[in-house]
Amino acid sequence: MTGYAIRRLLGAIPTLFVIITLAFFMMRAAPGGPFDMERRLPPEIEANLKAAYDLDKPLIQQYAIYLSKAVQGDFGPSFKNKDFTVAELIGNGLPVSAKLGLWAMGLALLIGISLGIWAALRQNHWQDYSVMTVAMLGITIPTFVTAPLLTLALGMYGITLFGLEFTLPVGGWNGGAWRNMVLPVTVLALPQIAIIARLMRGAMVEVLRANYIRTARAKGLSAGRIVLTHALRAAALPLISYLGPGLAALLTGSLVVEQIFGLPGIGRYFVQGALNRDYTLVMGVVICYASLIIVLNFLADIAYAILDPRVRLK
Amino acid sequence: MSQNLSAALPELKGRSQWVDARARLLRNRAAMASIVILGIIVFLAMFAPLLSPYAYDEVNYDVISCAPGWWPFEAMCTAPGNIFGTDAIGRDIFVRVLYGARVSLAVGLVATIVSLVIGVLYGATAGYLGGRIDDLMMRVVDVLYSLPFIFFVIILMVVFDRNFILLFVAIGAVEWLTMARIVRGQTLSIKQKEFIEAARAAGVGPFGIITRHVIPNVVGPVVVYVTLTVPTVILMESFLSFLGLGIQEPLTSWGVLISDGADQMETAPWMLLFPALFMAVTLFCFNFIGDGLRDAMDPKDR
Repeated sequence: MTGYAIRRLLGAIPTLFVIITLAFFMMRAAPGGPFDMERRLPPEIEANLKAAYDLDKPLIQQYAIYLSKAVQGDFGPSFKNKDFTVAELIGNGLPVSAKLGLWAMGLALLIGISLGIWAALRQNHWQDYSVMTVAMLGITIPTFVTAPLLTLALGMYGITLFGLEFTLPVGGWNGGAWRNMVLPVTVLALPQIAIIARLMRGAMVEVLRANYIRTARAKGLSAGRIVLTHALRAAALPLISYLGPGLAALLTGSLVVEQIFGLPGIGRYFVQGALNRDYTLVMGVVICYASLIIVLNFLADIAYAILDPRVRLK
Repeated sequence: MSQNLSAALPELKGRSQWVDARARLLRNRAAMASIVILGIIVFLAMFAPLLSPYAYDEVNYDVISCAPGWWPFEAMCTAPGNIFGTDAIGRDIFVRVLYGARVSLAVGLVATIVSLVIGVLYGATAGYLGGRIDDLMMRVVDVLYSLPFIFFVIILMVVFDRNFILLFVAIGAVEWLTMARIVRGQTLSIKQKEFIEAARAAGVGPFGIITRHVIPNVVGPVVVYVTLTVPTVILMESFLSFLGLGIQEPLTSWGVLISDGADQMETAPWMLLFPALFMAVTLFCFNFIGDGLRDAMDPKDR
């Protein structure tokens, strides 16, 4: 297992290298540059700027410079957000995105697993059908539709609960106050709840038919115990292999959610950076996300091996 | 059930798995209803110019952000002639939703075909050749899997300056990975069969065997995956358009319409409602058809 872990982590290095190379040359192939403005800069100033950022050197040399600096953890200054280095911007944005994503994943797991188990226990009854229909809705309605609708319902008109009126802020981060988190986390979690509920139901239905569950029933265990200790462990396996792609989907979703709610996460930096040709910022965010995805996939595989004794990692 | 009839009555001509699968699909009410609804949407999209007196880019400053005539709620103004209302510069929402359907469905289809061609050829080649080449080809897929692909699509759209054709290709090039994996798995089991050996004995080359004998036999799972890829692609296109990286004005797609609608949601909710409704229904239909096809071809799970 340790040997496997080490080889997997070493295997991530060529993957990251491919990602950096692709992103670097694609970004440079884009027409326009970071210093294009409404009014053209005088040529001497533009030349000076380019020289300051090494943009006057041949592309391949720029690539070598970037790589050697990136290996040492120096992702350079941001071209557009002057006074900030890319590392600082990511350091500011990542906690916001991570907090958002982790809350959303936690919420999605909690609700999705419960709904999935419930639907599986009531297989082919109305409870099952209604959960699955709602789940299908959750998958098919995109984030950028649920976000404005929820904002309208909960943010602008407000809801009245127990005689108290709640009105949630429709945007902004406010240092991560929970009131500001409710809407974006919900929007981000909804499609994940739906997918997890569907996965959980399918796996649970299959596991509940297994012989060892029948044995557990025959020896008189309570239904709750059978489901939670015997069935859940086997049924959770597909979920664990979904966690990697699921978190990647959350990252994608966070691009939209951060844009809509005006949150200062790194997804927003990426979109703006790509539009502004902020080469270093885009590269930094891509490397950051790619590393995250690689690490998360790795953790999911390890967790899978621990939970499923049939899998032996070599 | 009836699919066992052919086994019980050996004097009857055997029924192929396709006939059985079709019969099961026809019995699936959700899938059949989805096919009909999808057919209607495709029909509306195809004949969009004939179905509306307005052009999709026809600006009318007399009816700015007007509700449709039948709108039951309060609205600033109503435009009886526009059954889905009008947008912020007086364009007819109905005809724009249908033109959006054209773009979204076309992107969905073309990108899926791109992913289908790449994925099937790649997966079948890897699976059929096996050994070192298979290891290498699948290793490439593994590496690509861990790329944050949405970022590359976004960068691609920036690089090629929102080129419409490239949007298709970029999305298709992203979606072929899973297809390649499915096809490779199927190919590995098919290449053990006798008819492949027979073809090889008859002197058919690897390319001939892959295209003539392997690919036709992986159609089942591929069809299911294709129906589930189309909605994914439509979502991705609308997502890009929403971020302002997809289709450019005055041409439109559901993503653009939803994005515009979301901005005006408080004053003109119909601008968000109708494109969102059309898109959600379409995605719903594709998912139901995909699920129905899967149950029809692989009935053991029900």
